[in-house]
Amino acid sequence: MSVLVWIEQMNGHALASSWEVLGKARQVADEIGAPLVALVMGAETTTVAEAARQYGADLVLTMTSPLLEKFRLSAYVAGLQQAIEAMEAAVVLLSATTRGRDLSASVACELGAGLAPDAIDLRVEDDKLVAVRAIYSGNILTDITFADGIQFASVRPRSFPMPAAVEGVADIQELDLDLREDQVLEQVLEVKSTDTGEVNLTDAKIIVSGGRGVASDPAKGFALVAELAGTLGAAMGASRAAVDAGYIPYKHQVGQTGRTVRPDLYIAAGISGAIQHLAGMGSSKIIVAINKDREAPIFERASYGIVGDLFEILPVLTAEFKQRLK
Amino acid sequence: MKIAVLIKQTPDTAELPKVTAEEVRSGAVKATMVINPWDEFAAEEAIQLSERVSGDAVAISLGAPGAVDALKHALAMGVGEAVLVDNSSLGAADIWTTAAVLAAAVKAQADVQLVVTGKQSIDDNSGAVFVGVARTLGWPLLTNVVKITDIADRAITVDRLVEGGQETVRVALPALISVSKEINDPRYPSFMGIRKANKAQIPTLAPADLGVTALTSKTQWTNVRKPEVRRTQVQVIDGATVQEKAKKLVDALLAEKVI
Repeated sequence: MSVLVWIEQMNGHALASSWEVLGKARQVADEIGAPLVALVMGAETTTVAEAARQYGADLVLTMTSPLLEKFRLSAYVAGLQQAIEAMEAAVVLLSATTRGRDLSASVACELGAGLAPDAIDLRVEDDKLVAVRAIYSGNILTDITFADGIQFASVRPRSFPMPAAVEGVADIQELDLDLREDQVLEQVLEVKSTDTGEVNLTDAKIIVSGGRGVASDPAKGFALVAELAGTLGAAMGASRAAVDAGYIPYKHQVGQTGRTVRPDLYIAAGISGAIQHLAGMGSSKIIVAINKDREAPIFERASYGIVGDLFEILPVLTAEFKQRLK
Repeated sequence: MKIAVLIKQTPDTAELPKVTAEEVRSGAVKATMVINPWDEFAAEEAIQLSERVSGDAVAISLGAPGAVDALKHALAMGVGEAVLVDNSSLGAADIWTTAAVLAAAVKAQADVQLVVTGKQSIDDNSGAVFVGVARTLGWPLLTNVVKITDIADRAITVDRLVEGGQETVRVALPALISVSKEINDPRYPSFMGIRKANKAQIPTLAPADLGVTALTSKTQWTNVRKPEVRRTQVQVIDGATVQEKAKKLVDALLAEKVI
């Protein structure tokens, strides 16, 4: 029996959210009384495997093969399934990235096992996993309990903290991947990194967002938002109103029909705080509201607020941060 | 080429905040029901594709009898055909049960080469049902598709978004894809489309007709509840000048150690 965590890697580095899951999985494994196995798959696995030792795994299982060089769902499904069998995994956890969600669901379905997708919390009851999910676009919460069998969950990024690095004692063990190229269904023709150095919203510790308050000069307004975000090393977000009005692309949208985020700090500039927006960022640790309207609902959820014009306040705030963060 | 679109009927997003835990527990949500917004992108793509490759599109939904309205929306947009599988006999169907029924419904449509669906439903939010459909059918799966760059008799090539990038991937047909908002702008049904759809007789099947009896659910929803709303006592920063307010805010945030 074991608790197995897939450590997703891109460009030779593990995704931080995989470590978050591994950290929580340590607790789960301790409570169930099973060893914690970190699974690293790829054409190259050494770097990430070494790192996995330091984040609490009892064993690091590597599956190293040129077939795993680029993420192709059918190849990774085969790998994960074989690892689960080899490790007799009772609980299988992944980060709920695009790949993690596809991979966890594919293998869970294949094995006829229960799945809690995009879980925001995990605990153990009666030696079985219990997951918490936000459904109805964040308006309802539910516990997910499992029938007998392997328990799968994918975990929403930033649901758990980054674990502390420790002295690694885990062994690294290689498991041969039983797969041929002709069994792989996907052909990856091209990969383009859209990593413009922009911080990813879902992983961001700090987010600065703009809303309809920029309407009098949207380009300038979002330039000011971007500058503050840049100064803080933050991601840039937006309300649906701003996206629908064409001020900023959809990929920045935070809210019920956009991204759900959970930063340590969320600065909402010119955002009224409609319920649909709050559904996407209400779990932020600290919310700061900057708005001309003291009655705007956002102030009911904010820890700090400045009542005023974002066109005046943002540049001054940026300058102050630049000073203080030197 | 036959293209199947998987449609779900869900509450209107604007009404989601009003949905109560009791309604979800009992399965009788009172909100206005609409076509799952993400599925509109799927229906639009299916319509455009069927024009591109001279194919036919059929919309399939598993739901209550009232779900025909969501199917009618797809018909009104221009999807050629629709079929409803009535879920009344299934009870609380979990992800894989739902997937098994939808897979059977796709199979019952002879000759489907492509299944298109939206990223997730706005109520269950699992994004896993269609994965189960692909798995049950034994077909390749491509999710988060933002463009279909090529489609021919034997293969489909797509651009899809993943964390940190975009990739171009090809798989053999038949296949299943889920689409994201970036892929198209769903059309509003035309007046004639709506009229025609309202008159349409949509065949209704039971899961048993498709040879599916309820599978045992592997997961259960328990303790369904509203999230605790964290009401804060906001500290409105005052000051004689904007500079003063900014300074006080930065002081506070540094003290909170969130920077």
